[in-house]
Amino acid sequence: MRGLKSIMANSPVLLIIAAFAAVPLFVANMYYLQVLVFIGIYAILALSLNLLNGYVGMLSIGHAAFYAIGAYASAKLTIDLQLPWVLALAGAGAIAGGFGYLIAKPTLRLSGIYMTLVTLGFNMILFLVLQNWMGFTNGPLGIMDIPPPSIFGFALGSRLQYYYLILTLVLLTVFSMHRLMDCRFGRALTAIRENELAAEATGVDTTRYKTQAFVLSASYAGIAGSFYAHFVKYISPDSFTINESFILLAMLAFGGQGNLIGPMVGAAALILIPEIFRPLLEYRMFVYGGILIVMMLVRRQGLFGSRSYRLRLTRFDPSPVRVYQRGDKFLPEG
Amino acid sequence: MPSFIFEQLINGLTQGSVYALLALGFTLIFGTLRMVTFAHGEVYMIGAYVGFEIIRLLHPNFLLALGAALAATAVLGIVVEVLAFHFLRNAPHATSLLVTIGISILLVNLAQKVWGPETQSIPFGLLGRLGDFEINVAGVYITFLQMAVLGVTLLLMLLLYFVINRTKLGMVIRATAQDYEAASAMGVNVNVIYMAAFAIGSMLGGVAGVLVGVYYNLFYPTMGGLYGLKAFSASVVGGLTSLPGAVVAGLMIGLVETFSVEFGASNFRHVFSFVFMILILLLRPGGLFGGREMAHTRGD
Repeated sequence: MRGLKSIMANSPVLLIIAAFAAVPLFVANMYYLQVLVFIGIYAILALSLNLLNGYVGMLSIGHAAFYAIGAYASAKLTIDLQLPWVLALAGAGAIAGGFGYLIAKPTLRLSGIYMTLVTLGFNMILFLVLQNWMGFTNGPLGIMDIPPPSIFGFALGSRLQYYYLILTLVLLTVFSMHRLMDCRFGRALTAIRENELAAEATGVDTTRYKTQAFVLSASYAGIAGSFYAHFVKYISPDSFTINESFILLAMLAFGGQGNLIGPMVGAAALILIPEIFRPLLEYRMFVYGGILIVMMLVRRQGLFGSRSYRLRLTRFDPSPVRVYQRGDKFLPEG
Repeated sequence: MPSFIFEQLINGLTQGSVYALLALGFTLIFGTLRMVTFAHGEVYMIGAYVGFEIIRLLHPNFLLALGAALAATAVLGIVVEVLAFHFLRNAPHATSLLVTIGISILLVNLAQKVWGPETQSIPFGLLGRLGDFEINVAGVYITFLQMAVLGVTLLLMLLLYFVINRTKLGMVIRATAQDYEAASAMGVNVNVIYMAAFAIGSMLGGVAGVLVGVYYNLFYPTMGGLYGLKAFSASVVGGLTSLPGAVVAGLMIGLVETFSVEFGASNFRHVFSFVFMILILLLRPGGLFGGREMAHTRGD
């Protein structure tokens, strides 16, 4: 009985998942599947940036750096060290997270705008290093012939398999972030965003939580980078310029931030708009720039940013939540 | 000491003075509004292209080109201020920042549509013999263009110093920078002052654009990106609110870049400014001179 109720409570989410899993039945065209895969990659990236910009309120404008680190780390691990892809994926996440720690640890002492500047500087430095360190990154020529992902000996080949792989990764990202944002960690982040001083005063170790959020965000971006490298099979510094970071910001600006729906909607919309209106492809960056300006002036919170949409992914519990059970007699019931 | 060191010194100072001009613009704007703009590099690019068009189409006159670039960038600066800051006075800092990023994306792509993505040059001979003219000071060659860049930069710095410290406009700008509420209570129209700061800062950027364009004779739509960000790091190294700091940091970055080429690190010459910026932010967030305010007498 309880199991059924749990399924019913989560039914909208399950329906959406089922719909996405069924998409390839109706979309046979390889090109459309490829667009969908790219939407998946950017959904993970936008979600990872959302963790910083949306939940903690730290503006990072160099997020493509961690995307790049993930892509290069994964390519290097599979080509030079012959690691299987699953390990390379984990390694890419870990290495990107490690760089995130190196950036976050010293800079979080600084106040808002200075941290933002460091992320910008880091993105520029990383791009220039990737472009000029011929021995390690092969410079502007990039790394070619990256092997396809193989999961326990089963190598992925078709677009369809890539689609299901990225769908799995996106779902893992969404569910893990949902869990994170619903526990102590997530509440601490929201408290920091709303009022850092008050959060600090109520005993939230703001620097620690911000560092953790930064590391997590970087490693999610690294995982997206790893998938990108093995999907496209060729990476060069040009894919990770500061423009890429700006596109991610435009996605958040369009879809909204501070929840899990907005970034995904933003990613999907900004990938789809130039693809649907082919003549626009040439004016792609115009669209992104225009969206940034118009959304900020007209609807600052983005399309879906006004409230925190909750995925109802909890065990169904019919009894009302009693938050104030520990002797808080002054607070209202419920 | 060999004369090539002096020549590199002159090259570095020329390069650095352009960074300094751009950094002054950033500093003036941040000092007054307490807001960062990312469209400054693109304002500089537009200034360069305006100068380029004037020289190519109308008249090969350096001063006319400078004047036209000044006018165009002043207007552009006011447009940026109104779009990104005037309407968003009470919004979080990030909002304005994102609008300036949007404006910079739009301007780069606009330039690509108008002038094409390829690199353009002023046709040979249009500048007359200015390009080849050089003088020899004790075995060190200085070209006319280098003298022009250094001279114009120095002139503008003195002018800016005069305007900020000796005129009524400068006094009002300093007052607004110090405490805009108090300035407003004293009858200063703060909105106009913000626009003025933006216009002056953008004009400095526009002049820098023309100088760089003519000096290297290269004009391309993305020329503002790396230059803007480097000048921005110079501004941060100088303390973000200190005008002398911006000049010193800009010159320093120019010199370091030039000498790094001399000592075989040319691949990584673009990295230095950002490394400086991050180091300064980590070790001395107030900048080289310990966060001196644009207004020399700090109120708080």
